[in-house]
Amino acid sequence: MSVTAIDTWARPRQRQGALARLFDWKPFLVFICLLPAVGLLLVFLTYPLGLGIWLSFTDTTIGRAGQWVGLENFQYLFEEPIFWNAVFYSVFYTAVATVGKFGLGLWLALLLNNHLPFKSILRAIVLLPWIVPTVLSAIAFWFIYDTQFSIISYLLVEVLHVRETNINFLGEPWNARWSLIAANIWRGIPFVAISLLAGLQTISPSLYEAALLDGASPGQRFRYITFPMLLPILAIVMTFSIIFTFTDFQLVYAITRGGPVNSTQIMATLAFQRGIPGGQLGEGAAIAVSMIPFLVFATLFSYFALARRKWQQGESND
Amino acid sequence: MATVDIRDVRKAFGSTKILHGVSVGIEDGQFVVLVGPSGCGKSTLLRMLAGLENITGGEISIGGRVVNNVAPKDRDIAMVFQNYALYPHMTVFQNMAFSMKLAGAPKEVMEREVQKAAKILGLEQLLLRFPRQLSGGQRQRVAMGRAIVRNPQVFLFDEPLSNLDAKLRVQMRSEIRELHQRLKVTTVYVTHDQIEAMTMADLIVVMNHGRIEQAGAPLELYDRPANVFVAGFIGSPAMNMLEGRIEGGAFHGPGGGAWPLPPGAPASGEVIYGIRPEHFRLDPDGLKATVHVVEPTGSETQVVMHIGEAHVLGAFRERVSARAGDILPVSPDPALVHLFDRQSGQRI
Ligand SMILES: Nc1ncnc2c1ncn2[C@@H]1O[C@H](COP(=O)(O)OP(=O)(O)OP(=O)(O)O)[C@@H](O)[C@H]1O
Ligand SMILES: [Mg+2]
Repeated sequence: MSVTAIDTWARPRQRQGALARLFDWKPFLVFICLLPAVGLLLVFLTYPLGLGIWLSFTDTTIGRAGQWVGLENFQYLFEEPIFWNAVFYSVFYTAVATVGKFGLGLWLALLLNNHLPFKSILRAIVLLPWIVPTVLSAIAFWFIYDTQFSIISYLLVEVLHVRETNINFLGEPWNARWSLIAANIWRGIPFVAISLLAGLQTISPSLYEAALLDGASPGQRFRYITFPMLLPILAIVMTFSIIFTFTDFQLVYAITRGGPVNSTQIMATLAFQRGIPGGQLGEGAAIAVSMIPFLVFATLFSYFALARRKWQQGESND
Repeated sequence: MATVDIRDVRKAFGSTKILHGVSVGIEDGQFVVLVGPSGCGKSTLLRMLAGLENITGGEISIGGRVVNNVAPKDRDIAMVFQNYALYPHMTVFQNMAFSMKLAGAPKEVMEREVQKAAKILGLEQLLLRFPRQLSGGQRQRVAMGRAIVRNPQVFLFDEPLSNLDAKLRVQMRSEIRELHQRLKVTTVYVTHDQIEAMTMADLIVVMNHGRIEQAGAPLELYDRPANVFVAGFIGSPAMNMLEGRIEGGAFHGPGGGAWPLPPGAPASGEVIYGIRPEHFRLDPDGLKATVHVVEPTGSETQVVMHIGEAHVLGAFRERVSARAGDILPVSPDPALVHLFDRQSGQRI
C-alpha cells in the first residue's frame, strides 16, 4: 500500500437497488403514504356519497335496480308539501336549537369559568347529557313528555295549579316541534359549554386585569374582551353544532318518528322513511341529497367566519 | 400626581403569609423601585396598590385618600404588566384609546390624546398595527402609551423590561427614566435587577421574604447597606463577605490574614467583614493574595484570589498582569469596609 492510496481513499458509495431508489423518489413516497388515507376516504366516504347522489337520479326501489330518471325525483319532491314541511322544520329546528344551545352553553361556560366550589364535579355533571346514549335519553324524554305521566304536566297541574289538563307534548304538531327542540338543546349544551369553556380558559387573565384598570364594567369586559377573543372558537363550535343539528336523526326518530302526521319530520328522518321502510330508495336519496346545499352553506359559513382574523396573523408587516 | 403611603401592609393567600407588614412613604413625583429576589412579594405589593389583590391588613393611601376599598378603576393609577397585556384583537390605536372609549370620550379627544402619547413614544407609524405585528420593544412602548393616555396619578410597572434583550433593556431603561422626568408622575417600578434599580430610582426599596430590608437612595444603599442581605444584593459584582473576628485592632478572616478595620470599628467581637471588589487596591505592603483567575473586561480587571482561606473577588481599574498562582499584594480601602454583626447580620 502506498501513501497515495491512503490519501485518495474515499468512502465507497453505497450501491442502491432499483427498489431502494424507488423508495427514495419523493413523488412515489408521497403516493405510497397517501394511499391508505385516500383508500379509506374513497371506500367509506366518496363511494357512499357518490352512490347516494347516483340513486337520487334513479327510480331504484328496494329489490329492483333502477333506471336513470334525471331530475324526476326532485321535480316530484318540489311539489310535495311533506318535503317542504321537512325542509321548514329542519331549518327551524336547527336555528332555534342553535340559538338555545349557544345562549345557554355560553352562559354555563361563563359560570364554570369562575372560581366555584366543586368546580370539577359541576363540569362532570354538565357533560352528562352528552355521555348518555341518544336513544336512552330519548326514552327519558318519552317519560318527560308522556301524555299521562309527564313530570312537567304533573308540576303544572298538581303542584302549581296553573293548568287544568295535562299537556299533550308529542301529540300536537307545534307542541311536538318545540318538545324536540328542547330535547336537542338539552343534548347539545354540554358540547357547546365545554368547548367554549376551553376557549375562555385560553384568554389571559391579565387582559381582564388591564381592562379592570382601564375602567371596564363586567358587561364591557364581556363585550370588548371575552366575546371578540372567543369569536374564533365560537365560529368553529357553531359550525359543527349546526351540521350536527341539521343532520340529527337519532333524537327525532327515537322520540317522534316524525309524527304526529309528519309535522316533526326533518330531512334526515324523511329520507330514511321514504328510502328504507317505504322502499323508495331513489326518492329517499333525493331528499338526502337536498340536504347538501344546506350543509355546504354551513361549511362555507365556517370557512369564511373562521378565516384567520387579521389580529391573529403572525408578524407580517401590514 | 400624588403621594403614596403604604402603612404596615400585610398580605396572606389563605394561610400563607406573603407580606409581613410593609411600610413605605412615597413622595409626589418620586420614582420608586421595589427590588428583591424572586418570590419576595414585589408583584403582590404592586398588585395591591393597583387594587388587583385585596389587602389583608394595613392601609394604602394614594394622594391622601385611603384606597383599601376603592375599585381599581377609581384609584387613578395605570399599570404596565410584565407581559404587557395588550388586547390582541385591537390595534395599537384602539389599545391606547380603550380607557377613553369606555369613559365615553368623543372621537376627537381620543384621537388627540393618542396622537400625543404616540408622539412621545415614537409610535405614530404603528397606530394601525395589531400587537402581533410589533416587536417586543414596540409592544413595551404601546403598553406604556396605554398608561400615559390615562394621565394617571401613579404609574405602576411590573418588571416591564424583563422580556427584552440586554441592549433594548438599557435603551428602554433610559426612555422610561426620561419619560418620568418629563411627566413627573409618581412611579412605582418593580424589578429583580439591581442595576435597573440603581440606575432608575430616586428611592430603592429592597425587599426579601415579604419584608423591607432597607429603603433609601441608590447610593445610600450602596454606601451604607443596613444589613448583609442588602450588602450582597446591591452592587455588581457582589460584595465579598468574610466571617471572622476582630482582635488586636484588625479583622482575622478564615485562614489568617490581618485585614484593616474602618474607623470607629469595635475593639473585638465576631463580625462579618464586607468589602466590595472595586474597593481593593494594589498595595505592595498589602495582604498576600494568591491569584486564581484573571478576567480582564477591558475597562477593569477582575481577579479571583485567595487570601488565607478566604475566596475573594477584586476589581482593579488598572491592568493587572498577574497569572494564576502568582502572589498579588492587595489591600482593602479601610474607609470603605462594612462590618456586620455575625449573629443578626445588621450593620455595626
Ligand atoms: N394567588 C396566589 N396564591 C398563593 N400564593 C401566591 C399567589 N400569588 C403569589 N403567591 C406567592 O406569593 C409570593 C410572592 O409572589 P410575587 O409574585 O409577589 O413575587 P415577586 O416578588 O413578584 O417575584 P418575581 O420576581 O418572581 O416576579 C410567592 O411565594 C408566590 O408563590
Ligand atoms: Mg413578579
